[in-house]
Amino acid sequence: MNHEVVELACDLLILGGGAAGCIAAVEARERDPSLRVIVMEKAHVYRSGCLAAGISALNAYLTEGETPESFLRYTIRETVGVVRDDLTLTMAQELNAQVKRVEEWGLPIPRDEIGHPLKRGRASIKIFGERIKPIIGKRAEASGAVILNRVNATGLAVTGGRVVGAFGFSTRDGRFYAVRAKTVLVSTGGAAGLYRPNNPGMAAHRMWYSPFNTGAGFAMGLRRGAEMTSFEFRFIPLRVKDAIAPTGEIAQWLGAQQINALGEPYLEKYYQHLGGKRMLTQDRLYATLMEYRAGRGPCYLDLRGVNARKLDGTITAYLSMAPSSAMIMADEAYYAKQGGQMAPIEIAGGEPHVVGGHGLSGYWIDPQRRTTLPGLYAAGDVAGGTPKKYASGAWAEAVIAVREMIEEVRDAAEPVIDAADLARERERVYAPTDRPGGVPARDVEERLQKVMDEYAGGISVQYGYAEGTLRLAKLHLGRLRDELAALSATTPYELMHCHEVIDRVDVAQTLVAHMTHRRETRWHCYQERLDYPERDDARFMVFVNSVRENGEDKIIERPVERAAIDVVLPELSDGALIRGAYSERPPRPSGEE
Amino acid sequence: MGIFVDENVCNRCGTADEPMCVRDCPGDLMFIKENNKASITDNRECWDCAACVKVCPTQAIHMQLPTSLVVRGVTLKGRALKHKTTWSIRLRNGEVRNYETPSTGRPPFTPSL
Repeated sequence: MNHEVVELACDLLILGGGAAGCIAAVEARERDPSLRVIVMEKAHVYRSGCLAAGISALNAYLTEGETPESFLRYTIRETVGVVRDDLTLTMAQELNAQVKRVEEWGLPIPRDEIGHPLKRGRASIKIFGERIKPIIGKRAEASGAVILNRVNATGLAVTGGRVVGAFGFSTRDGRFYAVRAKTVLVSTGGAAGLYRPNNPGMAAHRMWYSPFNTGAGFAMGLRRGAEMTSFEFRFIPLRVKDAIAPTGEIAQWLGAQQINALGEPYLEKYYQHLGGKRMLTQDRLYATLMEYRAGRGPCYLDLRGVNARKLDGTITAYLSMAPSSAMIMADEAYYAKQGGQMAPIEIAGGEPHVVGGHGLSGYWIDPQRRTTLPGLYAAGDVAGGTPKKYASGAWAEAVIAVREMIEEVRDAAEPVIDAADLARERERVYAPTDRPGGVPARDVEERLQKVMDEYAGGISVQYGYAEGTLRLAKLHLGRLRDELAALSATTPYELMHCHEVIDRVDVAQTLVAHMTHRRETRWHCYQERLDYPERDDARFMVFVNSVRENGEDKIIERPVERAAIDVVLPELSDGALIRGAYSERPPRPSGEE
Repeated sequence: MGIFVDENVCNRCGTADEPMCVRDCPGDLMFIKENNKASITDNRECWDCAACVKVCPTQAIHMQLPTSLVVRGVTLKGRALKHKTTWSIRLRNGEVRNYETPSTGRPPFTPSL
């Protein structure tokens, strides 16, 4: 493997050429064509990140009549009060302009007679997004930014407390990259593969999030002492079981209801106290689990009576986002033909992910998307505090960050990478190549996923955990570090796997620390403390943040600053009223039936 | 099971440069074997995104799902054209269902479906 050092310099370095990174590159070059922009991308910008297969909707968009404030109210309700109002508002203000921009680039967005995009929900529109990643990837390429495809970012370069670039290695020839930059944007996505996945063995990667997003951006920041927020707000998708196909597509296209094994629409029948059909996203999953515990499971989406033509619409939508789900749906239809009608289709939760585009987790940032490390900005799934941003919100965030980065570039001195810093990272990166006969990455990955699954609220324990189990998670993650020191790679591809698992162990450590600190249950399933099953607004209407110091995650609580920028939200402005909107603690159906 | 390459059809995109399936795989799983045919490193790592399936100019690549998901015999092929992607799903009884998804278009966009 070639260990040669490639040195490059730029004004603006973007780590990760996904949804956020591609738009950031275009924005920077359009605003100032003299800017030197480099994108460091682990795969190839045409099909990298979580948009690789495509998407069939944009779920962050202000449809007719909606405003940034109404979007914020919706998010406050969904996060039960703990959310960054400043970030959410600034993102929401930018959403539609960025969607329009990508539409101009060739993303097909069907519109009604008067020109409004077809609505799927208050904040959601339909798109034909099979080609969404090549569309934005090619735009990034054409912008004049230098794209370093197949270069896996591993660490931030820091000189005198300021981020001055990043390090990485080529997954093709193994060469080491040291890129100096006046400012750096981290947009590497969230973390999959922390927990034992839904499906075993050959189907292990039939999962919701991209299995190639392994938390590198979180890990890079953690190792440099960046402040991180709310890892304990995990995201767990409710999906068509096994296929991990999105349930919304079926529910909205086909009008399918959620029913239990008795055929009852259980959201309405047993969970009115949680809002019935209008319950929070996490409670939809929670109610599904509760039905199972009450002996009325499993649960289904009711497809009986759905005609073939409408089903073809769903299969087409799946082809644009999750092609294997289309295959499974077509197979279901085949069996339906044998039996005369479609059968109800089983639903279940997937494994938890740490992802700031759906949940709250990520870098603690200011309204300009500056992290706590000078010189470093964050956007997309790696940035915390703004859930429900999805793809279009990642675009919005990237644009906001870049505007500020351009300002910073103007005054910044030419950065210098510290030679000792470079040497240390180079040694760390190639360490697994000097250990023939060591431990393969997959062994460590399996151990990590088993520990997290069993002790930190994975699928096998129905997402619940307690102080005692978290203590074991911490213990075993600590021991896993000894295994990391024995990881072995002979090819650049294997070396990438080694660093993926190293990064995930770093993320898992912080996740467990945040889970341990929040001694209440605020978000069912996402954050389910079996030893503290109640929500505690008096104590925990705060963000749980941390900074890693000498290997330990030091917890910092940050207050929720409600409607900091001239927005009045009287009905949700304090905890007691939020409780009213959310209803009192639910009686546990399993205990009552 | 996962991604399968028909070696009688793969011509490594008729180029000495990087073939498109190798270029596009988000997991860096596609590679060219010594016989100049594309192959997948490890189907356990595949996300089933079908990027390689769609981009293959000779349609040499098809997708199957793992037996653990109990959909043996169902296969998927596809082809990315300029404004649409064409798909065919072969069911377990051999029946082939064809689909199209719009892929690019300038506004105002009117789907032809």
